[in-house]
Amino acid sequence: MIEMKGISKTYRVRRREAGLGNAFKSLFSRDYTEIPALRDMTFTVPDGQILGYIGPNGAGKSTTIKILSGILRPDSGVCRVDGLVPWENRKEHVARLGVVFGQRSQLWWDVPVRESFDLLRDIYRVPEPTYRENLDRLTALLELGDLLKTPARMLSLGQRMRCEIAAALLHGPKVLFLDEPTIGLDAVSKLKVREFILEQNRLCGTTVLLTTHDMQDIDALCSRVLLIGKGQLLLDGDTAQIRAMAGEDLSTEEAVADLYRRFGI
Amino acid sequence: MRQYWSFFKMRLMAGLQYRSAALAGMSTQFVWGGMEILLYRAFWLEHPERFPMGMEALSSYIWLQQAFLTLFALWNWEHDILESVKTGAVSYELLRPTDIYSMWMARSVANRLARAALRMVPVLVVSSLLPSPWGLRLPASPAAFGVFLLSAVLMVLVVCAYSLLVYALTFYLTDPNGLMVLSVACADLLGGAIVPLPFLPDGLRQFAQLTPFGSMQNVPLRLFTEDIPLSQAPAVMGLQVFWIVTLITAGYLLTQKGLRRAVILGG
Repeated sequence: MIEMKGISKTYRVRRREAGLGNAFKSLFSRDYTEIPALRDMTFTVPDGQILGYIGPNGAGKSTTIKILSGILRPDSGVCRVDGLVPWENRKEHVARLGVVFGQRSQLWWDVPVRESFDLLRDIYRVPEPTYRENLDRLTALLELGDLLKTPARMLSLGQRMRCEIAAALLHGPKVLFLDEPTIGLDAVSKLKVREFILEQNRLCGTTVLLTTHDMQDIDALCSRVLLIGKGQLLLDGDTAQIRAMAGEDLSTEEAVADLYRRFGI
Repeated sequence: MRQYWSFFKMRLMAGLQYRSAALAGMSTQFVWGGMEILLYRAFWLEHPERFPMGMEALSSYIWLQQAFLTLFALWNWEHDILESVKTGAVSYELLRPTDIYSMWMARSVANRLARAALRMVPVLVVSSLLPSPWGLRLPASPAAFGVFLLSAVLMVLVVCAYSLLVYALTFYLTDPNGLMVLSVACADLLGGAIVPLPFLPDGLRQFAQLTPFGSMQNVPLRLFTEDIPLSQAPAVMGLQVFWIVTLITAGYLLTQKGLRRAVILGG
């Protein structure tokens, strides 16, 4: 279970006007601006749920993911994932967590994918039989086959993303964070990834937190959606509710755009 | 431990595939070593009695230096690590249940071993075939060879611990380039890379030996050539151990603090 209660996070950003004079001035005194990224964020995700986390750029999605994965420490608030505080019990917490960042690779670039997988097995101390079992299952479901022998740099984006997802699940995590997993993928690859996420959730009861700008991902996968803007939770419901709020018979995409406008975010 | 061993293996395998870089490096090392020996030869023929080292010892020093260059050269940084600290991508390493400093250490040692393994053999073989006093000669006593091996292991740890300290300091700097250039310059002069330390003037020589740079290539190369007599081996190797402990402690603490800072500032 994921719990977030009253989480706030403010970034301090250094600012100065352009120009040589101002550059010189900033050697002596620096101006900082406080940018609130999250304000009093509160929500709970029960085990086995697929949760969509949506909002425009800069809404605080990545900040939330970073806090939940222990990379970032919030200024205030309480957060627990299966009873552990992510940034305090980091090692134990991340051992039970799988993360895929669509714009970032966790595979070693120059070596065959299988070698990266073996390294992950050792990092997470996965027992050999469990590893074999997971690898076989993931290879079959994600159709990895020969990809395992290919260096990561020679894979197409779709192939690489399938390998990334497999890499995040080798240690059988209970919670999976997916940050734009379908970004830049073609229609076939997108469908495959979605199908797999549903399958993984159904078979293993994995809790999935999905951030995306692709409303079709949300439609296909998520039983619940959180809409955030300017660091605040604006809506907690399912896609039907979002469409109902926007009124008329809009697609989810249009309905969400309508809500963004209405909330002024 | 198993985790770090795997990081080590992975980096070693990745490092072993850069064949053309190794080939280019190797040919440079032959030319460079040869030129250095020709240069010293000119001085030596003029005043052999004023030479602080024997010509044979000096030749062995130079060839070993060329063979193991990538093992101890401070400029052989692990750029992936530097880049990850500079861009903040290092925080994503926190997603793994590992200790970052130990992982860096495993990777740095492996990177150096891999690069040296690819190029040392031809340099060692060819230089040992050269006529005396221009070639590489094994030390007369097996004991000298033994302490050479041991101090070479210590040297790799000193060099890696120093590099890791620089990576850790990158957390606190906008750009680590200045620090890196300065470190390399110090190591070149004080570590016996440009000229072996016996050639440095009094005062500077003793100072250089006490710095961490003096615990790098200087120690194993001069133990091998018996320029540092066996009786002094415990002292110089003790100093190496001192620097390993100091540098690792400082680097480890700075890394922990730097990571906490990165966590607070945001990935």
